[in-house]
Order: sequence, then structure tokens, then C-alpha cells
Amino acid sequence: MVFLNDPVHFVAGWANGLLNGWGLTANLATIIIYLVGITLLIVFAMVLDIMLVWVERKVVARFQDRLGPNRVGPFGLIQPFADIIKMVIKEDITPAGADRIVYNIAPVLAATSVIILWAILPLASTIYGVDLNVGLLYIVAAGSLGTLSIIMAGWSSNNKYALLGAFRMVANMISYEIPMVIILLVPTILADTMSIKGITQAQSGMWFAILSPLAFIIFLISAIAELGRSPFDLNEAESEIVSGFNVEYSGMKFGWFYAGELLHAFTFGGFMAVLFFGGYGGFFGLEKIAFFSWLNNPFAQAVVFIAKAMFGYWVIMWIKYSMPRIRIDHMLAFNWKFMTPLALVVLVNTAILSKILPPPPSWGYTLGMLFSNIIIGFITIEILRAYGRRKRKDETRFTPQVVQD
Amino acid sequence: MTVERIIFIAAGVLILGSALMVVTTRKLIQAALWLVSALFGVTILYAMLQANFLAVVQVVVYIGAIAVLFIFAVMLTRKEMRDNSTQTRSNWWFSALLGGLILSGLVFMILGEPQFSRLAESIPPGLDTLRNLGTALVSPGAYVLPFEVSSILLLGALIGAVYIASRKEEDK
Amino acid sequence: MNIPLSWYLILAASLFCVGLFGVLSRKNAIAILLGIELMLNAVNINLVAFWRYLDPIQMAGQVFAVIVFAVAAAEVAVGLALIISVYRRRNTVVADDIDLMKW
Repeated sequence: MVFLNDPVHFVAGWANGLLNGWGLTANLATIIIYLVGITLLIVFAMVLDIMLVWVERKVVARFQDRLGPNRVGPFGLIQPFADIIKMVIKEDITPAGADRIVYNIAPVLAATSVIILWAILPLASTIYGVDLNVGLLYIVAAGSLGTLSIIMAGWSSNNKYALLGAFRMVANMISYEIPMVIILLVPTILADTMSIKGITQAQSGMWFAILSPLAFIIFLISAIAELGRSPFDLNEAESEIVSGFNVEYSGMKFGWFYAGELLHAFTFGGFMAVLFFGGYGGFFGLEKIAFFSWLNNPFAQAVVFIAKAMFGYWVIMWIKYSMPRIRIDHMLAFNWKFMTPLALVVLVNTAILSKILPPPPSWGYTLGMLFSNIIIGFITIEILRAYGRRKRKDETRFTPQVVQD
Repeated sequence: MTVERIIFIAAGVLILGSALMVVTTRKLIQAALWLVSALFGVTILYAMLQANFLAVVQVVVYIGAIAVLFIFAVMLTRKEMRDNSTQTRSNWWFSALLGGLILSGLVFMILGEPQFSRLAESIPPGLDTLRNLGTALVSPGAYVLPFEVSSILLLGALIGAVYIASRKEEDK
Repeated sequence: MNIPLSWYLILAASLFCVGLFGVLSRKNAIAILLGIELMLNAVNINLVAFWRYLDPIQMAGQVFAVIVFAVAAAEVAVGLALIISVYRRRNTVVADDIDLMKW
């Protein structure tokens, strides 16, 4: 196999030959190669994380009509390193009365729950960690580990505000897992498989964002709630609850929470790209033309994937920096009274239509799915409008009238 | 001593060690967290038995929901933030004796049965266990009735738990 | 695959006995529920091991394990709701002190 077409297997085969030549048994060589591969993947994810700090600060600056960091290095590119050095040299405080082991494990668990997601994210058709046949549920499982780490952080800080922030955050994250799981069944039905590579390959006909835009929107909203980013960021509302569950963390432990959150946002941008926008293959159908066949090269596919993931991450940042924070009871009411029924309706609609319509790829399938989504969206907006009108009429019924003498 | 046996022994040590810490530790929060680690060891076992769906659902349902419920319940039912008293009853030696007797009986029976020392045959390569599981859960000739009844059970548990745990107005 | 079935069964049996010890010897009602969870997990390991080793084509073992998941979740939810409700009334979760119906 040529390096350009199948880089991972080529390098693994070369390393295997090298280690066998040194006299190691086949089992031991395989284990060492796996460990080196895992380390390389984690290093790649963490280097990407450092770049994301720069991207985040520049983008938030532009949204707020200012320049952002531009002193440290050209265009402020060395700024993330300055941030990390500042966090590393800060004093590492453990509050008195805190449970030491739990307090120290919580940030590690929070970052781990994000890095393990990179094992199933395919960068190209031949560059991926493992192709689980239950990949979609694995995403939800990694989210559950993140929830556990927040509870551990809130409890072990021995601080009432941290505990309160952790409770609210965990209630938020557990509630929004429900519409996410329901809506993750929609790509499963459309692609007839739960593995991430299978879903990417099933989108070579038509992207799932066009087949089911409502599913994409619901997934976007639940993903933002799972991440704990604005407008759902009750835990780190810096102006409200004194930064929530991570109030007692200083130095590099806080750095782990912060970096973990940014990487989590980018990873969910990557999952949006894979589940709804065609993943590594499919640059608007260009790669089917013979002239652009170099787009099928794994390295070009990796660049396409990272570009799509950056776009998803940019949408998440756009929503974060444009909307105010939502109150906790409004957040939960929004989930249970609006998102979950809507997600169930979209799921039932997709399931029924996938049996009735002519099989993909055909224009009847695409147009049928798209129009059904538009009709459901229209009906939802009409229901919301009627509900809002009735609420406003109830409020204006009791305004006092001015009595003329 | 192949890799699989090493992983099995490591998972077994994790499970049994965490389970012993769950039932003997004095602080309840640490008991709930040791339960999380025991459940994680069970996940490793499911992955080794090639039941992928069950491994992932174990993490989502047990660790993500049930363990979090336990931690919430422990936090909501304490008068002060620390545990000071012992947590085991005075006749714990009797329960340990009973557990030991049952364990030795079971191990004796398991080791005596020759059928149980078989090794696993490999799964035929075309078998898609996930699709078969889904088909078995909803096909009328298989297990749709327990599936639907368990969904009604979950509905009843949901309504019951919300009703029991809600504060009624006259109790305030 | 060179692990005999008896290893899995012995592991499940020891987990079951540790859970049994927890149920019988702990004072706090929540700790008793923790022991019950360990016993349910031991049962699940047994079911999945038998599924894999005896007949992986029939899905009966995995279906049974899925139903046990659902039942365990329902039981924990209702049990913890009961314990929290009892704590609000009697201000204790020690199982020995909840003895209004003893003669």
C-alpha cells in the first residue's frame, strides 16, 4: 500500500517490521504500535486544542467589534502559549476539607471524556481510530462521563456555590441528553447503521442536513446544551454564581476544564460535520468529477473534514456570543415541553417516510424528506405563535385602565 | 498468559476491588464513586464478550443515570457534610460468613461441571449482533411482549417516582 | 478467545456475594441499594457470558440483559424516591430506625 493512499496502515506495517527485526514478539510489537498510535492521536487532539484557544479569542473579538490578541506574535498566534504558561505557573490550591482524590480526579475525567471521543472520529476514509458498530451511542456514553466529572468537581470543592452550580449543570446536561439520543436515531434510520464510517459513506448521495434539517437544528441545540456553552451556561455564569462548579479550581486544573470545554465544542462541530454534512467525503459533490479526483486522497479528505468541523465550531461560537443566558427553569421547560416532543415527531416522521418513499438516492426521497421537515417546522412555528398570542392576551387582560374624570 | 487473559484479570481485580470498597467504606459518596468504577469494569467485560451495544448502554444507563441518581440521593439525605459513625451493623460477621458459604458453594458447583470449562467459539463473520438484537426486540415471534411491558414498567416507575418525591403542600 | 466460561461465572458469583454482604450488613438504606445494584450487575455478567459461549446467534441472552437494565433503572428510581420521601418525614435513612410498623 502506498503511503499517500493508506497512511496509517503503511506506517503501522513499517513499524511492525522494524520491531520484529529488533527481536520483539508479534504480540508485544502490536501492543507497542497501538500505544504509540493512541499517543499520537491524543497529541494531535491537544495541539488542535491549543490552536482552538487562539481561534476562540479572535472570533469572539470580531463578534464584539474589536481586534483580539495581536501583540504576542504575528496576529497573536503565540497567545495560547502565553495563556498555558500563565496557568501552569499559578499556585495549585486544594481547599481545606475537600476530598483530595475526588478533587484531583474530576478535571482529568472531564478532559478524558472528550479525548476518548477522538477514537471514533474519522478524519479520512483510512485515518480513524476504530470503527465501532455502535458509534453513535458511544457519543452519548462519553457525555455521561462528562456529567459525572462535574458532579465530582462540585461535591469535592466543599463549597455551597460549587455544589449548587454543579446540580444545575447536571440537571441541564441530563435533560438535554434525551432529545440528543432521540435525534441521533434519525441518521441511524437514514443510513441503516450506527457506525460513524457507515453514516459518512451513506451521505455520498445527499447530505443528511438536506434530508432532515430539523434533525440538524435539534442536534445543534442539544449539543450546545450538553457542552454547557451559552446560552445554556448556568454553571459558569461569571456574573451570577461566581463561576459555578469550578470556583475552587486554580491553575492547571482549571486549565483542564477550560481546554476540555473548547475541545468538546470542536469535537461536537466534528460530529455535526460527520453526521449531517457528509464528513470527510463530499465537497459539494466535486470529487465525483474526474478532474477533482485528488479530493479522494486521505490527506485532502482530512483537510475537508477539519474545514467542516471548523464551520460547525464557528456556528456554535456564533450562537454563544450573540444570545443572552437562559434561566434554569426556562431551560428545562424548553427541553421537556418543546424539544423532546419535537424530536419524537421528527423521528416518527423519518421512520415512516423512509419506508414509504422510493429508496435513496432518488429525487422523490430527498424532496419527500425535505418537505416533510419543512411542514413540521411550519406547524411548530404556528403552534408557538398561537401559544405566544394567548399568553400575551392573558397578560393584557389585567392591565389597569385609566379612568377619566 | 495471552493479552486477553491479562485484560480479564485486570478487569476482575478492578470489579472485585471496587465492589469491596463499595460495601466497606465509611463515606457514602466514596461508596457511590467506587460503584462507578465497578460498573466501568463490567463495561470492559461486556466489550470482551463482544456485546458492544450492552457495553455502551451500561455506561449510558448505569454510570450516566443510576450512579448520578445515587450521588444526588446521598447528597440530599444527610444532616452534615461528613460521615462520622460506622456504617455496618453489629452482626456483619454473620453476613460475611453467609456470603462466603454461598460463594464457595457456587464455585464448587461451577468447577465441577465439565461443560463450563469450554472456550468460546468465534462468532461467524457475517453475523451482525446489533441488527439481530434490534430485530429480536420488536418482532412478534421473538421478544416484543417483554419489551413493551418493560416500557410500561418504566412509565409507571417514572410517574411513581415523581409523585413520591414531590413535596405536597400541606407538609410544609 | 481462550478464556474458559468458568472464569466469567466465578467472577459473577463473587460479585454477587460481595453485593449480598453489602445488603445484609449496611445500616444506611442507600448503601443497601448499592449492594442490590452490584447483585444485578453480577446477574447481567452471567447472562451475557452464557449468551456468548453457548449460542451467540440466538439473541435471548442479550435481550434478557437489556430487560434487566430497564428493571434496574426503574427500581433505583422508585427506591431512591422512597428513601428521600422517608428522609423528609422521619429525618433518618438508617434502615433500623424506620420501624413504625414493628410490633
